[in-house]
Amino acid sequence: MYSHGADSLIKQARDIQESELQKFYSRLVKLLQGKELGHEAVDSLQRLHLILSATKYTRTLPPELQKRVQSLLSSPKEHFQVLSSAVLRETLPLSGQEGNYNQENISQLNTHAAALLLSQAGSRADLSSLCAQLLRSLESRQSEGPAHSLTHTLPILNTILTLSPECLTADHVTLLSKKLVDWLRYASITQGGGASSGGFFTGPRSRQPVPTAELDGAVSGDFFTVLCVGQGFTEDQWMNVYSFSMLRHWLLTYHSVSSGNGTADIANRLQLSLSLSHSFSNDDRSEVDGSVVSMVSATSSSGRLLPPKERLREKSFQYCLRLIEQSDRKAHKKTDTDLQKACLVEAVCILDCVCEEDASLVFRAFPCIKALFGRLSSDLSFARVLLPIAQFYLNHGEMAAVDCESVWKLVFGRFPAELFNDHFLAHELLRFLRLNLKSLQHRVPQYTRSFPNLLKFLAWDSPAVVDDFVDLLPSLVTAGTAVELLHTLLDLPCLSATLVLQVRSTCLPISEPGGRGLQSPDAYRNPSFRGLFLFLLRGDAGSGDTIDRLSTLHELLAETADWPRVVQCAQTVPLLLHIFFNTVITGADEKLLSHLILVMLERSSLLLNIPEYSKEIHRVFSSHLLRFCKLRPSLVVDQSHELLEFAGATANVYSKEEIYTHVVWVLGEYLSVSCDSRCSVGLITSCFEALEAVLFEITSSVPPPGADCPAPRVITTLMSTLAKLASRSHDLIPRVSLFLSKLRTLTRGGSVAWCSDEEDLVAIVTRGEELWSLLKAPGVAQSVLTPPPHVTTPQWHRDTNVAMPLRLRALTSLTHSQ
Amino acid sequence: MVRCFLIHTVCPVSALGAGESRLLYSRLFGPDEGIFSDRERGLSPEERRLVQKERVAVVARQVRSAVSLSREASARVLGETVPGEEALALQEADSGVVRLRAGDPFSEEMSALWLGVQSLGFTLVCEPHENLLLAESTLRNLARHCLEHLHMLGQGSEVLLRSNRVDALLSRLLPHGQLLFLNHRFAQALEKEVAAYMAK
Repeated sequence: MYSHGADSLIKQARDIQESELQKFYSRLVKLLQGKELGHEAVDSLQRLHLILSATKYTRTLPPELQKRVQSLLSSPKEHFQVLSSAVLRETLPLSGQEGNYNQENISQLNTHAAALLLSQAGSRADLSSLCAQLLRSLESRQSEGPAHSLTHTLPILNTILTLSPECLTADHVTLLSKKLVDWLRYASITQGGGASSGGFFTGPRSRQPVPTAELDGAVSGDFFTVLCVGQGFTEDQWMNVYSFSMLRHWLLTYHSVSSGNGTADIANRLQLSLSLSHSFSNDDRSEVDGSVVSMVSATSSSGRLLPPKERLREKSFQYCLRLIEQSDRKAHKKTDTDLQKACLVEAVCILDCVCEEDASLVFRAFPCIKALFGRLSSDLSFARVLLPIAQFYLNHGEMAAVDCESVWKLVFGRFPAELFNDHFLAHELLRFLRLNLKSLQHRVPQYTRSFPNLLKFLAWDSPAVVDDFVDLLPSLVTAGTAVELLHTLLDLPCLSATLVLQVRSTCLPISEPGGRGLQSPDAYRNPSFRGLFLFLLRGDAGSGDTIDRLSTLHELLAETADWPRVVQCAQTVPLLLHIFFNTVITGADEKLLSHLILVMLERSSLLLNIPEYSKEIHRVFSSHLLRFCKLRPSLVVDQSHELLEFAGATANVYSKEEIYTHVVWVLGEYLSVSCDSRCSVGLITSCFEALEAVLFEITSSVPPPGADCPAPRVITTLMSTLAKLASRSHDLIPRVSLFLSKLRTLTRGGSVAWCSDEEDLVAIVTRGEELWSLLKAPGVAQSVLTPPPHVTTPQWHRDTNVAMPLRLRALTSLTHSQ
Repeated sequence: MVRCFLIHTVCPVSALGAGESRLLYSRLFGPDEGIFSDRERGLSPEERRLVQKERVAVVARQVRSAVSLSREASARVLGETVPGEEALALQEADSGVVRLRAGDPFSEEMSALWLGVQSLGFTLVCEPHENLLLAESTLRNLARHCLEHLHMLGQGSEVLLRSNRVDALLSRLLPHGQLLFLNHRFAQALEKEVAAYMAK
């Protein structure tokens, strides 16, 4: 574990004095001049590495030291190779001494020196020449190099391919495809060195080649793959492993390499590849050791006629089929069982990839994929293998006219419902959805309906997956799902709590005091509440937007409000609501918006009681209520009944200040004939009366027990709204004036029960006086309180006749000249 | 491919102040992605190094907060393990994935797999299309070797003073960031090489 000692080492390394450092450097130079480098040199180099790597700023080594360290790269001792490479990666190359990416002997570099060369590459050109050299070394006979030179060549090529596929030319692709075919399909099938374990009595005669074995111990009857074992391995068997490890990436990228070369040279390339394959088939014989292999390659000689890329595709296809077959064997070791799963994932992905390129393979692959699905689909421990299978069905199912129903049942049904607490599956499944969003929306109707299930991932592990839902949520919002989705999002913390209860009830025996005398686990098991929890845990949308006994559910779950998982979940809900409303508003279906306003009003008092949660939700509701009404002012007349009911309830002033203020403001702003011709005098009057009653009540009484004084903002908003309404129906003006004058008299005493802050009170009274004087001139009041749109959204700057910008510029130049 | 491998502290450690964390080992594979981006191409080598270091620090920070949130949520009590109990420590380790959005901090989207062994975090940053099952088992394997060969459950500072062991380990099990499909026989062969390296 990390100790004080370790920490002080890092601090020392960071704070080392320059003089001390110089001394250290010169000591190290001297040390490295010695002939035999021992432990002391290793330790000092290691310290040097710590000093260099502990700071994010670059330290420059003295040139002498740099050169000494550089020369260690080719030291026969690996420790020095490793350390010099690590040290030099932390420094900058001396100017003029940058790595030589053209050197002929690059293939002879050890892996550590090569890593340094890679990390210091300064341009694409460097990588291109590195790439060319490495491929040249692949092409030539490899036996001259040290044994491991080839094994690290493939990973390096794959690295370059990842970051800069442009570095490879079409010829490179051809060459590498050829080599991969050889290593993948024609590796020796006898065990490598050290296979003779016969011991003392075994003479040289019994040293016959021993065939490799399958993971279950059976003798391999077919070509070598990564799932074959032996006592030792030959070089080409190692290359088989390296080749397969990079194969998928190669198949995914190699067409992006050659696509840039235009079509003109296809014929050219074809010719080249043919001549290459010719030279290779001559070459082949000397490369493979073991007559069996030549026999195998002879049987598939017809494949030799295919161009290299197609041939690689064909061989990859065969390799994957064999892996799938091999994965069915019972492995003796747990690590091998894990490897089988990883191989299945890889094999299915590769099959998908080759089918994508060559549609004719789809029909050959599907029987195998289908069988695999049939074999694994009932076992959820294979869920992560089943995802790539689902991808395969999605990509090719339509073409092969295969029924995908059972695949989607699994992906959208059992996976989220039963494996919501598997972090890795969640990550992969949500990524699968993100990547395939378009085709899922288009082809899989279950997708949008399954949001109650999918949201379980979010409810369980909000911080880890919220980012995915930020991307996915808009696709789940449709006219048909919006209302239910809103309810579901609001109750997400309840779902989170329920999932915790579900996991606990399956993990802990009932007798165990799993929750320190909690009542929610009992409620969860109680049959009379079963329906409530089952609704939360439903898998599909469509069984009703919400439930009647929501408040009962909230009461049952009240004690979960401080569970960390529930709190984390509650913190993500406001963000998701913003995304939800932003999506809804782009559709702007008036009927839907209207319905959502009702849901907001209703749900503002029906939330799980988590501190801050309700406040946050009210804030989100308020801002979107405003946006809805701004976009469609007639919504206010449509929903005037419910809005008035909400605004007329005095209790809302105290418990839902934020949203209450916004509802009142919206009424004052949009309840006007200029917004909707249906807005009658009667409607304005009834609204006026409702609000007047509330304002009168809160300004003439003490706040109810437990509540704070009403916020000054609520009072001023109510006053302004009354004034606005009165300016539209002049009969009401005397009533407002009377109230405002009363207010002034009442507060003359200095203190009132409904406002504790003196400054606030002064502000309220001042606002009252302003409105009062404004209402004395009704015509002016109307134009100030309900300004026509051309006043609120001026476009003078666009009007060439007014030429506002011109005048402004003239004025500016005048003032500046002074 | 795997873009980097990190060892860092995760939950509050007694040796550090609250909110502080330390990167104990980091290894970026392949060329610096900065040389391909228009934004970073104009930078001097010093600045580029700074950007790289920052990139790694961002990953470590993100993983640290993911680990603490995940531990908070699961409310699991961490048992103490001592040197010699590496297998147990690994068994009890928690793990997860963090999605690193494109541009934050790598130019492409990445998946950061983490394994939390008490106050230590082991992190692999992979390209998202990588075989995460394979990456997961590789990460576990790497962590096991690090814990064992650097005695990380003890109080020593070998992870800082013997970082070449991690380098040597990575050069076998994750050469240049390449995840390898190694069955137990191949793994044994490589582990034998690793053991020989450690013994010298």
